[in-house]
Amino acid sequence: MTRLTRRYTFSASHRLHTAAMTDEENAELYGKCNNPFGHGHNYVLEVSVRGPVDAESGRVVSIGELDAYVKREVICRLDHKYMNHDVPDFAGLVPTSENLSVVVEKRLRRSWSDSFGTALLDAVRVQETKRNLFELRDL
Amino acid sequence: MEMLITRKAEFSASHRCYNPQLSEAENRALYGESADSRGHGHNYVVEVTLVGVPDPVTGMIFDLKRLKDIINREVVDPMDHRYLNYEVKPFDTVIPTPENIAREVWKRLEPQLRFQNAKLHAVRLYETEDLYVDYSGEGE
Repeated sequence: MTRLTRRYTFSASHRLHTAAMTDEENAELYGKCNNPFGHGHNYVLEVSVRGPVDAESGRVVSIGELDAYVKREVICRLDHKYMNHDVPDFAGLVPTSENLSVVVEKRLRRSWSDSFGTALLDAVRVQETKRNLFELRDL
Repeated sequence: MEMLITRKAEFSASHRCYNPQLSEAENRALYGESADSRGHGHNYVVEVTLVGVPDPVTGMIFDLKRLKDIINREVVDPMDHRYLNYEVKPFDTVIPTPENIAREVWKRLEPQLRFQNAKLHAVRLYETEDLYVDYSGEGE
């Protein structure tokens, strides 16, 4: 099995707050992440692609095409945005990195097979800080 | 209980990704700057992961010093400070993409790492911090 992983970065802000709880409960649950004006991170996104290595090119996937696709579908929509307000995917959805990982996977999935044929989306990893990493794998 | 153990090694080498059966424009579209005629280099990082069961006497899956010696002999010594396309087989005929380098590292190491309680599990090859390939043999 051959799996190629590419790493991207984007910077965005968020606030963790759910309308389903009181202000006190939100503060208790999310701590500093609940501060009213939001805060930002330098996110690192890893996208893994699994598939056969093409005999002619020696590649699982064209890096140029993968970069263009990830930038168009994900990075351009998130980079330097306040996710709660600027990104429609988070309307009614708390932008925890768990939910961010799911949003990224859905965005990548949307026209994946049209773009990459037999190369499969294998994993999405979102690193919020150096100390926490969120992974969707065996997709 | 099976565990994974990983040893890391580094080598610096140059390569060029170019398929002579394709046109200049096709090579450029496929490989970008990696198709440039004189080649270029990377500090490759290879992570070699064994799967196994710790020996009840030694408490080890495998002697990491021995693993280091095998990686150096089979991979680092032949590839370090070399131009892969010209100096390291099979890259005279196989395009040295990270996919193909990862598979070649596997092919060199796997026969050397067949033991009763440990075997090669995966090879991870970093071409840069932003690009790496995992290979764990043919099949899923």
